[in-house]
Amino acid sequence: MWWKYLIGLLMTGMIIAVFTLPPPQTVIGDASRIFFFHVPAALLGFLSFAAAAIFGVIYLKNRQPSADRRAAVAAEIGLTATVIATISGAIFAKVTWGAYWNWDPRQTTILGVLLIYAAYFALRQAVADRQARARLSAVYILVGGAIAPFLFFVLPRLYSSLHPKDSLVSGQGQFVLTLPVALTFAASLIAFTLLGLWLFQLADRAERIKEELEIKGDYTRLPRTIPYWP
Amino acid sequence: MPGSKSSWAVKIVAVLVKDLRAEYRTRYAVNAIFLFALTTLAAVSFSLGAGGIPGHYLAVLFWIILFFSALSGLAQSFVKEAETGTAVSLKLNAADDAVFFGKWLFNLILLLGLECFLVPLFLVLLNADVARWPLFLGVVLLGSLGMVSATTLIAAVIATAGVRGALFSVLALPILLPLLVPLVRVTEYCFLADSVAGSDELTVLAAYAVVATVVGWLLFPFVWRD
Amino acid sequence: MTKMSNADRRQEFSLQLEGVSRRFGPRIICADVSLSLQQGDCLAVVGPNGSGKSTFLKMLGGLLRPDSGTISYFNQGQTVRREHWFSYVSLVAPDLALYAELTARENLTFFNKIGGWGKSGDDLLTLIDDLGLGGRADDLVGTFSSGMKQRLKYAAALVKDPPLLLLDEPTSNFDEAGRAIFIKILNQCRSTGIVVIATNDAQEAEFAGQQVVMGG
Repeated sequence: MWWKYLIGLLMTGMIIAVFTLPPPQTVIGDASRIFFFHVPAALLGFLSFAAAAIFGVIYLKNRQPSADRRAAVAAEIGLTATVIATISGAIFAKVTWGAYWNWDPRQTTILGVLLIYAAYFALRQAVADRQARARLSAVYILVGGAIAPFLFFVLPRLYSSLHPKDSLVSGQGQFVLTLPVALTFAASLIAFTLLGLWLFQLADRAERIKEELEIKGDYTRLPRTIPYWP
Repeated sequence: MPGSKSSWAVKIVAVLVKDLRAEYRTRYAVNAIFLFALTTLAAVSFSLGAGGIPGHYLAVLFWIILFFSALSGLAQSFVKEAETGTAVSLKLNAADDAVFFGKWLFNLILLLGLECFLVPLFLVLLNADVARWPLFLGVVLLGSLGMVSATTLIAAVIATAGVRGALFSVLALPILLPLLVPLVRVTEYCFLADSVAGSDELTVLAAYAVVATVVGWLLFPFVWRD
Repeated sequence: MTKMSNADRRQEFSLQLEGVSRRFGPRIICADVSLSLQQGDCLAVVGPNGSGKSTFLKMLGGLLRPDSGTISYFNQGQTVRREHWFSYVSLVAPDLALYAELTARENLTFFNKIGGWGKSGDDLLTLIDDLGLGGRADDLVGTFSSGMKQRLKYAAALVKDPPLLLLDEPTSNFDEAGRAIFIKILNQCRSTGIVVIATNDAQEAEFAGQQVVMGG
C-alpha cells in the first residue's frame, strides 16, 4: 500500500521541518514547536469521534457487528489522540500561560471529549451481551455527538479564551505564517490523519480476527504474530 | 392500526400516574434522592461552618449538590422496571414515545419535588440571600429541564445494560458538563445584587434542554427495544 | 388504516421465520430455523434447560433480534413494522413481571390504557374473575402467591386479545384449577390466533401441532 510509505515520508519530513523551518518564537522560543504535534492530535481526536458516531449510526441501521467493531476501534484511536492532545496542550499551556491547567474553554472542551470517550469504554466494559453492548454504545456515542457542539462552540463563546484563535496568524508570540510553515503544518495534519487511518485499519483487522476466533471458541489457533506490515 | 383507542397524552399521563402511584407506595426513588441530598447538604454546611460564603462558591455548591442528588435517584424508575421484569410488560403494551415522555415527566416531577425541599434548606443552612428571585427560579427550572432531558435516556441505557450505581454518574456527567458552567454563572448573578445577568446563558440552557429531549426521544427506541 | 375489530385482526395475522439463527456467546441456540404459522396453529418449543427456549420466544415477540435471518409479522398480507409488533403479541413468562406495588385491577387498567386496547372496566374485572382471582382484584400484586401471579400474567396477556400468544413454561406454579384454566385459554386462543408454548413437559407439548427442538 503506497500511502503507508507516504506516512513515513511525510512524518520524517514534517519532523525535520518542524525543528528547522519556523524561526524560534519571540516569547516562548522553541517550545512553540509543540504546536505542530498538538493541533493534529486534537484534529485526529475529533475526527475519530465523528467516525465513531458515523459507525454508530451505521450499526443502528444495519445491525452488523462489523459496524460496532469499527466504532469501538475509531473511539480507541480517538481516545489515544485526545490524551496526546490534552497532555501536549497542558505542556503548551504551562509554557505560555504559566499553568498546566487553567480551565480555559478549550481545555474544558477537550476534557469533555475525554470524559465522553472514557464513559463510552466504561459502558462497553459493563455490558456482556454483544448485541446490547453494540446498541447501547452506539446510542451513547451519538448522545455525546449531539452534546459535543455545546462543548465546541457554545461554551467557548460564553467565555473569553486565551487559546490562540487563528493559531498560525502572527499575533503576539505566534508564528509568522510563511509558505514553508504553512506547508509543514499541512503535512503534519495529513500525516497524523493518515496515521490514524492506518492504525484504524490494523486495529480493525486484529479485532476481527479475535472475534472470529472467539466465535469458534478456539483460542489455540490464535496466530503468534498478526502481520502488522503493509 | 390496533391499539390507537387512547391518545398520546392519555398514554403518557398513564405512565406518569403509574410511576407516581408506585413511587407513593414504595418511596423507592424518593428515599434515595432526598436522603442523598440531605446528607450531602448537611455535610457541606457542617464542614463550612458559619460565615458568609461568596456568591460564586454558593452557586457551585448548590449545583454540585443538586447534580449528584439527581444522579443518585433519576435512574431508579427505569432500573426498577428492568430489575423486576416489569420492563417486559411495559414493552409489550406501550409505544416507545409514551414510555419515554412518561418517564421524562416523572423524573421532572421528582427533581422539582427535590428542589422544593432542598432549595429552602440550602438557603437557610448556608445563609444565602437570593437577590433576584424570578431569575433564580427560572434558572433552577431550566437547569432541571436540562438535567432531566439528558438523564432520562442515560437512565434507560443503564437499565438496559443491567448495571447500576456508579456507571450512571460516569455516563451522565460528561453529557451534563455543558450545563454546569452556564448554570453556575447565572446562579451566581442571583446571589449578587450588583451584577448584570446574561440572557445568553439562559438561551444556552433552554437550547440544551430542547436538544437533549429531542435526541433522547429519537434514540430511546434503540435503547428500549433490541 | 381504519379501525378493525379484534376478531378481524386475529384472522388476518400470520408469522414467518426465515433462516433464523441466534448464538449466545459460543452457544448456538437455533440455527437456520424456518417456519410459518397461521391462525389456529400451535407450536411447541422443546429442549432441555438452558437450550434457549426463552430466548427463542423473545425473538418471536420482538424483544430480541436474531443474529441472522428474518422474523416477519403479517397482517392482512401486509408486513407489520417492528415497532408495532407489540400490539400483536402477548407473553407469559417467568422473567416477565407485573407491578407488585399496584393492585391486580390497577395493573390491567394501566396496560389497557397505555396500549389503547379499548377494554372497559367491567371487561377487565371479568377477565380477573375468569382467571379465578375474583375477590382479590383490589389487592396489591406484591401480596399474591406465585400461582396467583401466574394467573394474573395470563389476564394481562389477554387484555389486548393477542393474535400471537407466547407461553414460556405455561403451567409453572399452577395447581389443578390453574392447569384447567391454561387449557381453556390455549383452546380459546388457538381458535382465533397463534399460540407458541415453550415447555419441558411432554404433556403440554402434545397440545401443539408442530414442534421445534432447541439446542439441537
